[in-house]
Amino acid sequence: MIRIEDLHKSFDGNAVLKGVSLEIDKGEVAALIGGSGSGKSVLLKHVAGLMRPDRGRVFVDGNDMTSLSGKKLTELRTRLGFLFQAGALFDSMTIFENVAFPLKEKTKLDSEVVRQRVSRELERVGLSGSEEKYPSQISGGMIKRAALARALITEPEIMLFDEPTTGLDPVIGLSILRLIDASHKRISFTGIIVTHEIPRVFDIVDRVALLMEGKVYFYGTPEEILSSRDGAVQEFLQGKTARASDDEKA
Amino acid sequence: MVIIRKLGAAALRYLRITGLMGLFLAKSFLYAVIPPLKFSRLLKQIRFIGFQSTLVIILTGGFSGMVLGFQGYYSLSRFGSEAFLGPMVGLALIKELGPVISALMVTGRAGSAITAEIGIMRISEQIDALELMGLNPYRYLIVTNLLAAIISVPLLTAIFDVVGIAGGYLVGGKLLGVGAGTYFGEMASYVKMEDVLEGIYKSISFGILIAWVSCFKGYYTTELSGFGAEGVSKATTQAVVLCSVLILVWDYFMTSILYH
Repeated sequence: MIRIEDLHKSFDGNAVLKGVSLEIDKGEVAALIGGSGSGKSVLLKHVAGLMRPDRGRVFVDGNDMTSLSGKKLTELRTRLGFLFQAGALFDSMTIFENVAFPLKEKTKLDSEVVRQRVSRELERVGLSGSEEKYPSQISGGMIKRAALARALITEPEIMLFDEPTTGLDPVIGLSILRLIDASHKRISFTGIIVTHEIPRVFDIVDRVALLMEGKVYFYGTPEEILSSRDGAVQEFLQGKTARASDDEKA
Repeated sequence: MVIIRKLGAAALRYLRITGLMGLFLAKSFLYAVIPPLKFSRLLKQIRFIGFQSTLVIILTGGFSGMVLGFQGYYSLSRFGSEAFLGPMVGLALIKELGPVISALMVTGRAGSAITAEIGIMRISEQIDALELMGLNPYRYLIVTNLLAAIISVPLLTAIFDVVGIAGGYLVGGKLLGVGAGTYFGEMASYVKMEDVLEGIYKSISFGILIAWVSCFKGYYTTELSGFGAEGVSKATTQAVVLCSVLILVWDYFMTSILYH
């Protein structure tokens, strides 16, 4: 479903991606992990077609995102959902309007049907009663949940999550991960989760890709990465696990 | 050698930005003529750029006309030509001051807000979110502002002209004693349709200019002005300064073209 081939990207002469290759099968969810600045979010934006690579290709359902433009790219994007790190909710709209926006703009559904679907989606993410609030009036965790509801309202085939739990306390972070897991079980999307939430994210993904020095250093199942004897992999995991438990204690 | 390299790099950068601006305008017009049009968003922007600028236009128009009434009367009275106060005020407002001051006021009130709004949408990834929903940000954000400015700025200019002429009469007629028949009668004799059209052409082109520069600066905030709140603040300042300068420069060229 998603195939990345030898992807290269530099910014002002600094190479961020140095030949990333990765394949994610239909219905699978992969966690993309790696140190800060390792290019995880950049890679995700290439998959969404928001960035063009210097070299390499990204295939989504057989379509090369690096060369698609115009109507074809628009059509493909309607099958795709993206949860931005900061939510990217439209701040001049209420939560209800934000979640209803993709349906109103891209479908010809009756306004009553739209209202029912939005209410159902907001109920799923635990935001019933917050419909008339603006993004600036709700907490970070609620913004993430509202953004998740907006991304899922069209039931996309592919979901991309850019650090869905960053900036949230461990309890709220866990609730977001559970929501992602529940929505995957319901919609069966193919997904990529860029995250630092290690090891908790391993419970909800099928595969894990560790990005190091601009390349995929390790790619396998959560069990495989946890049992890996590679020194660099273990060092990274132990560092992350120690930080996660510190966070929980705090 | 270093200086030449730096000069070359700066020249290339400005050339690139100019090209980018040209493409931006071309794309905006292209999407403006290809349906669908986001009609509700267009109405919202007409309300914002046009209706909500009315008060400031009435105030500036009124006082500009009153100042012209005073200055015109005292200048013309030196030559015993007070009777020509009406045509003087009318021509100055309709051909020059109306379009230029209205455009500068709209730049300050609405242009800066458009840049800030689009800039914030850019830095908070709201524009990326629009794209990922399969929506064209040009169609949604740029075309609506462009058309709203093309519609609103000439109408605001017309209000400015009418209020300004009334302001001129208030001072020249009611305060300094020029008769209403003389003021308005001479104005009708000397102000021709081509003068009115000149003002309309200018205000339409200023409307395009305001929307173009304001939207461009907001849309490319992160690329050209920087990140975060500082980037948006820089982009907004640059938009207002560039718009104001371009309005005056373009006004000169329009005047010289229309006179020939």
